[in-house]
Amino acid sequence: MIVYLMCFILFLTGLYGVLSQRNIIKIVIGLSIMEFSLFLFLALIGYIDGGEVPIIIPGNETTQFVDPLPQAMVLTAIVIGLATNAMLLTIAIRLYKKYKTFDIRKINQLKG
Amino acid sequence: MHGMTSIVKTVTRLLVGVIFIYGVYIILHGHISPGGGFAGGAIIAGALVLLVLAFGGNTMKLKHEEEESSLLESFAILLFLLMGLAVIFLGTKVFFSNYLPKGELGELISAGVIPLYNIAVGIEVAAALFTIFLALIIYKEESK
Amino acid sequence: MEVLLPLYIIIPLGTAFIIPVIGRLWSGFARLISPVIFLLLLIIGLQHMPVSNQLVYTVGGWQPVDGIPIGISLVLDGFNALLLVIINLMAFLASFYAFSYMQKYTAKNNFYTLLCLMIAGMNGVVLTGDLFNLYVFLEIASIASYALVAFGVEKEELEASFKYQVLGGMASLLILLAIGLLYWTTATLNMADVSNLLATQQDNKIITFIQVLLITGFGLKAAIVPFHAWLPDAHSSAPSPISALLSGVLIKAIGLYVLFRLLFNVFALSYSISLTILILGIVSMVIGGLLAIGQADYKRMLAYSSISQVGYIMVATGIGMTVMATNGDTGIAALAIFGALFHLINHAVFKGLLFMTAGSVEHATGIRDLNKLGGLARRMPVTSGTSFLGSMAISGLPPFSGFFSKLIIILAAIQAGYYLVAILAALVSIITLAYFLRMQKGIFYGVHAEGIGKVREAPLTMLFSMTVLALLCLALSALIIPDIRDIILMPAVDSLMDTITYSAITSGV
Repeated sequence: MIVYLMCFILFLTGLYGVLSQRNIIKIVIGLSIMEFSLFLFLALIGYIDGGEVPIIIPGNETTQFVDPLPQAMVLTAIVIGLATNAMLLTIAIRLYKKYKTFDIRKINQLKG
Repeated sequence: MHGMTSIVKTVTRLLVGVIFIYGVYIILHGHISPGGGFAGGAIIAGALVLLVLAFGGNTMKLKHEEEESSLLESFAILLFLLMGLAVIFLGTKVFFSNYLPKGELGELISAGVIPLYNIAVGIEVAAALFTIFLALIIYKEESK
Repeated sequence: MEVLLPLYIIIPLGTAFIIPVIGRLWSGFARLISPVIFLLLLIIGLQHMPVSNQLVYTVGGWQPVDGIPIGISLVLDGFNALLLVIINLMAFLASFYAFSYMQKYTAKNNFYTLLCLMIAGMNGVVLTGDLFNLYVFLEIASIASYALVAFGVEKEELEASFKYQVLGGMASLLILLAIGLLYWTTATLNMADVSNLLATQQDNKIITFIQVLLITGFGLKAAIVPFHAWLPDAHSSAPSPISALLSGVLIKAIGLYVLFRLLFNVFALSYSISLTILILGIVSMVIGGLLAIGQADYKRMLAYSSISQVGYIMVATGIGMTVMATNGDTGIAALAIFGALFHLINHAVFKGLLFMTAGSVEHATGIRDLNKLGGLARRMPVTSGTSFLGSMAISGLPPFSGFFSKLIIILAAIQAGYYLVAILAALVSIITLAYFLRMQKGIFYGVHAEGIGKVREAPLTMLFSMTVLALLCLALSALIIPDIRDIILMPAVDSLMDTITYSAITSGV
């Protein structure tokens, strides 16, 4: 139960980063930390007490493996997180070129 | 863009081949051990990024490389889709099914068509990450 | 006919990656091939209707083991078929419109690649029967739309895209958390199997928490108040064919469709969740309408109007859900859900039309402020005529389709006993009429403003798309005729209300 609490604390750290930081790059880092906490949570879901690594090695015959499905989900989600980060950072670089600042409080042309 | 000092260049010359071979090993053994297409592709992209960072290059050459890398990425995805569709013409009429013979458990050549998919995904991921990196570098160079 | 189901995903995905390869040699390839493939998908989609029973296609041919499905299955039933037709129809018309609208932009190959990827993602979200596959396609469509909003790289477009991305990214994380918790509770990812397992467990606190997370996540994707803050910026900064697709189809395919599919078919209906949906719908309807009144930028006004109309759809579905959750008269629930789906189709058509006419005005004059325009009706007759038809349809005047869908929603509200909701719906309809009349007068009628310059009518491909949509606004009123309604809309209503057929997929395959 303690490990799920640590995941939640990591999620809250990322959320604090997104909500309170002014620099765009720090907002992107906060979003990344939120994502990673979710990957950790998903990988921990499949843990079974006394389970082995889910790889079939022709030598030893064990029958109790941990659940491999959340691990496959996390691999796919990592790729999606990579694409999201790449998109965010590209927009951040172009924003710097147009507005000459990374401060989110000064980037507010659209109002109303 | 400028390269780095000669210490970095020498170490890179020694290491890039090892990293590349390691990435290829992880791609090819994706059905026996952890790893597979995405992880191996990311390692190969790391080797290519290391090359560009250590040795530098002028902007025209980097632009040419970026176009080639983008083309390679599109080809790898089309190869993936073609392999999935080819099953409709040979064998069973189901998209994406595993139709090549599955060998023993734990051998390198086994599990049907999955190692071929791993290779296609590995090439695609390496090319995609390298394209993203080159696009950002070229944007920075051009806006100096 | 099940073999055709993966084609909805393979064809746009393959085209998206053939375009950079061939577009290097022949530069006009991208804008010629995109309307062709969307027309092909539209024809395949139209011949699936009427849907008499479900089509299930398991990818890779993995048969269920001991009755437990282990593969990803693509499911087509009444609700899906309707949405597939709408997505591919709007994609065809938008890509036809973009043939001449995108002449001013550079890097056109990238535009068509991203458009095909977005449509592939939306088709995948609508077709899939597996929870994690839903998340993957949702992300494909969302990331393509982030890039498309920022396409012409001006200051405001980049800022709008950044805000959209941060909020959309957080919504996707909440959805992933909900999917993870659902897997933890039921140990399966197939939606029909989850619905079987959840039918036996009663009012569990964690199920309610998962439902709240899903409403938050998908509510942000569908721009429901209070999660609407990204929509006015994003939809007014995108290029006009993309605005038509975003406002007309994307917020419904990845927002409302998934929410309704999960809440009706996967989870058992509970009264508190239904009441939440109804209240969120009422708030969206009213606030969207009120915020649209004072806008000077006409594309921003159209974006706020989208929030208001999505509120109508949520209100109607909320009425249906509350009636079903309290075991009321299923006839009233069927009427309410019928009104919601009818309004969904109508809103896709007339919001797409209105964004296309706004794009045509912007293409001709370059001005986005409706106080500075005026009297364009003489120079641009087709644009002003179709815009007038679209405005009358969205405000709910007879004999256009909008009148019938709003009438059905108000009737269902009165029959279910929610008199306040019916009065609010009628009031917001009058407010809608007010701001659309203001937009018409400001842009097309009135005194011809100075300083605009020579204004010409839009090119032919743009006129074609706008005319087709304007004719559809009139033709869709025919959906209340019982014969046509039974072919097109009643299978969709039945597949939402009948929970047994969806969960029987696992035993049927």
